[in-house]
Amino acid sequence: MIIDHPLLGPRDAAEFVVLGDASLIDRPDGMTATVEEMHDYAYLRDNPAGDHRELWYHEQGDRSWLVVTRSTLTHEVIKVELARNVARAQGRSR
Amino acid sequence: MRYSALRILKEGLTGNRGWQPAWREPEPKPEYDIVIIGGGGHGLATAYYLAKEFGERNVAVLEKGWLGSGNIGRNTTIIRSNYLLEGNQPFYEFSLKLWEGLEQDFNYNAMVSQRGILNLCHSDPQRDAFVRRGNAMRLSGADAVILGPDEIRKMCPYLDHESARFPITGALWQPRGGTVRHDAVAWGYARGADRRGVDIVQNCEVTGFDIKDGRCLGVETTKGPIKAKKVAMCAAGSSSRVAALAGLRLPIESHVLQAFVSEGLKPVLPGVITFGAGHFYVSQSDKGGLVFGGDIDGYNTYAQRGNLPVVEDVCEGGMAIMPMIGRARLLRMWGGVMDMSMDGSPFIDRTHVEGLYLNAGWCYGGFKATPASGYCYAHLLASGQPHETARFFRLDRFRQGAMIDEKGVGAQPNLH
Amino acid sequence: MTQAMRIEGGMVDRERTLAFSWNGRWMTGYQGDTLASALLANGERLVGRSFKYHRPRGIFSSGSEEPSALVQLRDGAAQEPNTRATTVELFDGLYATSQNHRGPLAFDLMAVNDLLSPFLAAGFYYKTFMWPKAFWERVYEPLIRASAGLGRLSMQPDPDAYDHGFLHCDLLVIGAGPAGLSAALAASRSGLRVILVDEDFVPGGRLSAETHEVGGQAGADWVAEATAELAANGNVRLMTRTTAFGAFDHGIYGAIERRTDHLVDAEDRPRQVLWRIYTRRALLAAGATERSMAFGNNDRPGIMLAGAVRAYVNRFGVAPGRRVAVFTNNDDGLRTADDLSDKGIEITAVVDARQGDVVEDTIGRRGIRAIRLGDGRRIDADCLAVSGGWSPNVHLTCHHRGRPVWNAEVVGFVPGGELPPGMSVAGAANGTMTLAATIREGHGAGAEIAGDLGAGGSPGTPVEAVDESFAAAPFWHVTGLRNRAWVDLQNDVTTKDVRQSHQEGFRSVEHLKRYTTLGMATDQGRTANVLGLALMAEAAGKSIEETGTTIFRPPYTPVAIGAFGGRARGEHFRPHRLTPSHKWAEENGADFVEAGMWLRAQWFKKPGEKGWRDSVDREASQVRKSVGICDVTTLGKIDIQGRDAAEFLNRVYANAFLKLPVGKVRYGLMLREDGICYDDGTTARLSESHFVMTTTTANAVLVFRNLEFARQCLWPDLDVHLISTTDGWAQFAIAGPNSRALLAKVVDDLDLSNDAFPFMACAKCSVFGGTPARLFRISFSGELAYEIAVPARFGDSMIRALMKTGEEFDAVPYGTEALGVLRIEKGHVAGNEITGQTTARMLGLGSMLSSSKDAIGLRLSKRDAMNADDGMRLAGFRPVDRSVILTAGAHFLNPGDPADMAHDQGWMTSVAYSPELGISVGLGFLKRGTERMGETVRAYSPVRDQDVLVEVCSPHHVDPDGVRQRG
Repeated sequence: MIIDHPLLGPRDAAEFVVLGDASLIDRPDGMTATVEEMHDYAYLRDNPAGDHRELWYHEQGDRSWLVVTRSTLTHEVIKVELARNVARAQGRSR
Repeated sequence: MRYSALRILKEGLTGNRGWQPAWREPEPKPEYDIVIIGGGGHGLATAYYLAKEFGERNVAVLEKGWLGSGNIGRNTTIIRSNYLLEGNQPFYEFSLKLWEGLEQDFNYNAMVSQRGILNLCHSDPQRDAFVRRGNAMRLSGADAVILGPDEIRKMCPYLDHESARFPITGALWQPRGGTVRHDAVAWGYARGADRRGVDIVQNCEVTGFDIKDGRCLGVETTKGPIKAKKVAMCAAGSSSRVAALAGLRLPIESHVLQAFVSEGLKPVLPGVITFGAGHFYVSQSDKGGLVFGGDIDGYNTYAQRGNLPVVEDVCEGGMAIMPMIGRARLLRMWGGVMDMSMDGSPFIDRTHVEGLYLNAGWCYGGFKATPASGYCYAHLLASGQPHETARFFRLDRFRQGAMIDEKGVGAQPNLH
Repeated sequence: MTQAMRIEGGMVDRERTLAFSWNGRWMTGYQGDTLASALLANGERLVGRSFKYHRPRGIFSSGSEEPSALVQLRDGAAQEPNTRATTVELFDGLYATSQNHRGPLAFDLMAVNDLLSPFLAAGFYYKTFMWPKAFWERVYEPLIRASAGLGRLSMQPDPDAYDHGFLHCDLLVIGAGPAGLSAALAASRSGLRVILVDEDFVPGGRLSAETHEVGGQAGADWVAEATAELAANGNVRLMTRTTAFGAFDHGIYGAIERRTDHLVDAEDRPRQVLWRIYTRRALLAAGATERSMAFGNNDRPGIMLAGAVRAYVNRFGVAPGRRVAVFTNNDDGLRTADDLSDKGIEITAVVDARQGDVVEDTIGRRGIRAIRLGDGRRIDADCLAVSGGWSPNVHLTCHHRGRPVWNAEVVGFVPGGELPPGMSVAGAANGTMTLAATIREGHGAGAEIAGDLGAGGSPGTPVEAVDESFAAAPFWHVTGLRNRAWVDLQNDVTTKDVRQSHQEGFRSVEHLKRYTTLGMATDQGRTANVLGLALMAEAAGKSIEETGTTIFRPPYTPVAIGAFGGRARGEHFRPHRLTPSHKWAEENGADFVEAGMWLRAQWFKKPGEKGWRDSVDREASQVRKSVGICDVTTLGKIDIQGRDAAEFLNRVYANAFLKLPVGKVRYGLMLREDGICYDDGTTARLSESHFVMTTTTANAVLVFRNLEFARQCLWPDLDVHLISTTDGWAQFAIAGPNSRALLAKVVDDLDLSNDAFPFMACAKCSVFGGTPARLFRISFSGELAYEIAVPARFGDSMIRALMKTGEEFDAVPYGTEALGVLRIEKGHVAGNEITGQTTARMLGLGSMLSSSKDAIGLRLSKRDAMNADDGMRLAGFRPVDRSVILTAGAHFLNPGDPADMAHDQGWMTSVAYSPELGISVGLGFLKRGTERMGETVRAYSPVRDQDVLVEVCSPHHVDPDGVRQRG
């Protein structure tokens, strides 16, 4: 596979490590979250058959975490974003 | 029709014209006591044991493709009970015991071949972990032996004992481990279930659930609605998709595990051999092909196919541990979609929807589990109680913090 | 032996005679021959045996689709099983033998199976061998395995090397036949960078085998002209002997190039290269494969595909027979008769199924001698050329699980469903079965792709050719046969097997394949599958469209496992990481051990020491007595800087870090989000905004990854930056009562007194008069100890200088084994305890888990099952019988309890012989362990034949109060 890195251009997927669903960005605040909420965050997945937003880490490269939108049916990559930008857009900050 | 050498003789002498279909091709009835979603190994085994052991014969198995088209038809055929944890080991040992009597039980030769499984280790901590595991196996009645480098050299002189990057320091050997002719397992269970009245409906895809007031009353299918007192999901690889139809989110991701077979070669491998410093395991089939595999590709997929880096990684492992296979040719590769669960262990449980049950999350341990999975699921469906050996496979175990994490890698499915 | 069957013409070089050995007999052929053509030239017809019935097998095809002529090529370690004689280029000295027979090839004892064939029908083995139960492993299976398989492994390491390579292009053209060459010409002229691959050793595809004219000249001449132009264009890489075997994601193709297989001597060059080709577009122009028809005894040597017969005659100048009959269902087959007649070969019959004529049976045990027609006539023939039509080579179009569709006109499956993105198909692979049309389609595809990709040049015009007639009929098998008719020649699947499969309910194409093994042989059924499907369709009373087809998976043709493995084998399986003191350690008797990719010294053997225990005991004792030095560079080091660095650490460690003072080090416990202990280490605060974290060796990469995740994805606006400095600093532990005295001679101008530089202090400093360094007063051994880091380039000098300076204290280097002994004595946990399954409470570190902050894993660490009061707790263990050596991995049982899982009380994680105490000591997890000090339990290790009593004690076997490390 090829991941079109937003900063570096197309890179072989072998340079990356995949973590999983990009919902892992949405970590609840541990002081206010219930165990149930933290459980759902850590353990439950939509696991869609279709477009899937997922976290890839450019370990053999610039160490960016990316959010890759990719079809789990065809492997087509639809979008690649810097995870940091996605996180900020989702309201994460400090 | 009972199968035997005598029957083969008789049919052979009369032109093999008398063989009867191994199973019927029924249309679904409007209602069953139990409907099983998924005609793979586990679903067919569940139906078989429901009918045979628990007297439940008003049962249908709904299969969206051809029976046996699940991961029972796309695996590397290994059976073993070399697990560590209390939540797993007794279950897999139960499964191994069922394998040992399976062919006589369902009158079908699935070629259960207990030629052993050899897990190689390459460091002291790895060996310590194998000793702990071997002892756990012995505690639950399984067989386990720790071998030293000299014994391994005697058993497998063709491994790289000389120039290995990670020298072999020992191995965990389970003589009762081995391989089984995978498709035949599906066929044997299907035939056995069919003979006992179970309707196996092929080309019948479940498209929805009939759920009212928190109770499951049946399923919608491409062959029309079917009512059922109990509905049993058993569609590993597609569990999340099926469960989503009932509004459930599961602690599962779908990943592809590639596997490979070489051209046919004169048999030389004793049993299953696994490399402890890379991703490679191998056995040799009764046809002579080296059947081998490694790790999952790592990205979520339902595509039943993988990519080159993993093929290379697996073959690197093969060449590292067994450099004689360099000139054997890889004949065919395939990918099976795995239900990778959050702790690497499966689920056999009821769901919060009454009458709806789940059997899922087998990661790549599903094949060896087939008999016990079917038996324990049948037990749960018939009696309402989990089977003793499957009592830890609860869907809510993560809420309790009771993970069954053999590899100790946490809630990241692609690491299990 | 002279080449009795050699005839005029062809592309072989008659000036270059090559000698080769076949089953021990020396024969000759010519440069340009394949082993198959050379064998045929020498009149060899019987070359192998089938898999199940051991029927005689000859050469069936002229290409990679060959099901029958499989040989064991070369000898010794380089021998290669199951090699298709039809693809092996002849070289001088080639050595080949036949395979899969017992006794001589012509008198195979296993041929008895053929007599038993009524009892060996499809799936017979599923129905028997079940009783007596124990007989499967002991009797039946050994018998089956004794006759299984085809060729043999050498049982020796593959002597050859394989390379991996990467190529990039705009257009990959697969197949250099008329379509592929035309496409490459058009694309290249337009300005695209083109890679053109072909599995054959000459380009041209079927043009090499046929007598077609192209552009007014002989086909082969046009091919030469076209390849010359491609070479001149400068933007084309033509790769012969190269098979594109798989279409992977995003335009990545796998290709295998055979570099030296055709050479007498490879001269140490890599045997094959596995290419990963990255391309924007791909054009599949892989042609088509001819198939057979089913009639009685259609498997005898001498029965060949008609196209192969033409190839042997036209390309290789070999007559496959002197009296040849033709059996066809299409016009293509008729050309065979013409071509052969032109060469003066006698045609004894042309049997056209479309006219209602059929071959019903053949005669001749080890090779065909005659055919019997449907009307009962017997006609002599020593070769029968069969054409049952052509199947487009759609394989790569299926590699993303697209399903081909039936085309009644082509009488074959053509590409359908979703092709791999960027792939198009041209020529016979696309169902375009005639020459001029193929050329036009290839040219058009090349030009169109060039246009799509914005190439500006002119593609020119397609070369002129004439469309030959192509009219095929869906005739599959002869009816009313008395004798068996083969579908799959290698696996011995007959028409009866297919019908029986249907009769027994195995009716889907996948069931057919799996039950009968149709198409699962080394040729993957390339000449057989369609015939099998047609028979199944007929049995089911359905059309072929309704019956469907199985799809093809990579590889297109089998690929050597060694090629996938490449250079990563033996010592080079994975890289070595060497510590800065490695060279010094080598010079000083170190024995190394793998720690992940690292090599670490595990002990330093001194003269006179008999076993490793002598060395380790001495090293550990000397540390406790005086001072020892250990390279701990492999521990992960992460430099953490920024205004929010302390806040960041406070969120990734489970214990408090906000208030760590500058100049201090703290032990940190890191959890995974699921609350399980992940890693531990020390983190030093060098300034307000600068920390240095250490991780375990095993988790260095993973922890860094997780920290980056937290930094970029969870708290993207924290002002914190991370860099891995594991390889940047050489770090040495200096441990023992004399460590301070030693360091005092090393460190420049730093007060090392206990008041000025107490336990858990840290500082930037310099050593040996100005070399920058960092000093940490931390202890893994429990002794007064430090770790000192210098830039990695000074690591070698540092160890030498330290050892020199340490001479007066009898300083010893110590390795990982002594390190382990010391930490076990002290009761420090390591990888054997932090297994990824361990809670902080199990380790006795429950009180470290902060409840006043949010950090990774804290919330989920509070779940009930992880905090059960009767859970596992870390404890120490000593044998009741002090002479016993303990075993790691033993399980604990209460004395008197049965040895079963239900009574399992825990397990021993680490053991060591303690030189300090003179006994074997252990650490382990025991249910309620902390409450059971002084109890006696069984340490039960049946796999080690050990069952001993041990006393539960504190894990801190040495200096439990920590006086020494604070001293």
